[in-house]
Amino acid sequence: MFPVANDINSILSSLFSGFGLNLQIFAATLLAALPLGLIIAFGSMSKFFPLRYLTKTFVWIIRGTPLMLQIFVVLYVPGLLFNMPVRSRMTAALIAFIINYAAYFSEIYRGGIEGIPRGQHEAAQVLGLTKVQTFFKVILFQVIKRITAPMSNEIITLVKDTSLSRIIGLAEIIMCAERFTKQGLIWPLFSTGLFFLIFNGILTVLFGQIEKRLNYYKG
Amino acid sequence: MSILRVEQLHKQFGKTKVLKGIDFSIEKGDVVAILGSSGSGKTTLLRCINFLEKADKGKIYVDDEIVFDGEDKKKYTAAEIRKNQLNFGLVFQQFNLFPQYSALKNVMLAPMLLAKERPDYKQNKKQIEAEIRQHAQSLLDRVGLSDKYDNYPCELSGGQQQRVSIARALALEPKVLFFDEPTSALDPELTGEILKVIKDLAAKEHTMIIVTHEIEFARHVADRIIFMDDGVIAEDGTPDEVIDHPKNERTAVFLSKFYD
Repeated sequence: MFPVANDINSILSSLFSGFGLNLQIFAATLLAALPLGLIIAFGSMSKFFPLRYLTKTFVWIIRGTPLMLQIFVVLYVPGLLFNMPVRSRMTAALIAFIINYAAYFSEIYRGGIEGIPRGQHEAAQVLGLTKVQTFFKVILFQVIKRITAPMSNEIITLVKDTSLSRIIGLAEIIMCAERFTKQGLIWPLFSTGLFFLIFNGILTVLFGQIEKRLNYYKG
Repeated sequence: MSILRVEQLHKQFGKTKVLKGIDFSIEKGDVVAILGSSGSGKTTLLRCINFLEKADKGKIYVDDEIVFDGEDKKKYTAAEIRKNQLNFGLVFQQFNLFPQYSALKNVMLAPMLLAKERPDYKQNKKQIEAEIRQHAQSLLDRVGLSDKYDNYPCELSGGQQQRVSIARALALEPKVLFFDEPTSALDPELTGEILKVIKDLAAKEHTMIIVTHEIEFARHVADRIIFMDDGVIAEDGTPDEVIDHPKNERTAVFLSKFYD
């Protein structure tokens, strides 16, 4: 049983729409987790001991358990414990992804912020910059330069992780492709790799450009 | 009226007493060099006066107005400390330039941020910016960097970086300018250009306090030498008194290491 041309079109359109879902999860997670991670990073660097302890425990739990399990927890636990079921599986997946990636990002931010020499803060302080000005005008840019490489690593992992959403029945690309496997067609499943490869290739070039732009100064 | 007065400043780190009661005052236009072996508390004294460390005890006055009172530490808000901080400028041993900004931007950053707090900033934005730029350029000209406005710190030699950082510290027109071993991180052949700039500032009546190891330089540029030893001021006088005729034995021992 070989697919006719018409079938190839419908297979491709199914794969593309599946990958669209992967990209939605990717974009929404990135958009929310980047700022949220920064907030968590400040929590884990707080001088207020209880906040720091709480944040670090939270990051430990999120990084120490599988994302797949976290997706289930977000989907089922509110309904079981508080009788407030999450109605949309997409929402559940997004919450899990955002929290998970924010935790990872926070550690990258923390490393970047703590790696900035003390002298930068002190120079800003004696010049009368406020704490907020110091962060946004002096520190943040240097942090961005330092964390571009580890961040791009994490972001590329996120692209691939979006496939985990299938475990709660979201029709992302691999789930879409598997349907054809059940009909005896294996190539759509394998071809999904190309989607990831091409998209991550674009991201790699993009990050390379950003790193190059930031390389106008050293140190 | 003294421009800066320090009374009974104490500071300890853990159990180590670093400052054990420092008293001195300086007048407008004074150039004071602080000498002393490492660990004598020179840098800590500078850092306490500049609010980078909180002294445990003692008082600091600027123009007879109290800016720090060790007895009453809770009183100062971040905004007050910031306001008091602007009386002083500090040039660091390691320059601490902001690497992502050009030399000119390094000098302009603080005045630009401060200008945004002026009530007339929005109306005269362009003019204020132009003035700050011009002032920054003239400061860089003064330290001999008129051809380096657009260079980033990583493109400059250590001596040039330190000169940018001097211009940056001057941009807010501090009442007292402090130098924390400004030539210690430099190759010996580069120290001369820094010392020349400091000499030039001294000639223009800038009030300065310089922590240094360059005794000959201290002798030539300073009106007054303070010799610190083990957290106290062991000797305080003119270069002739302190360097050539030290009364204190520790001063004599310290100086003999340089004049053998």
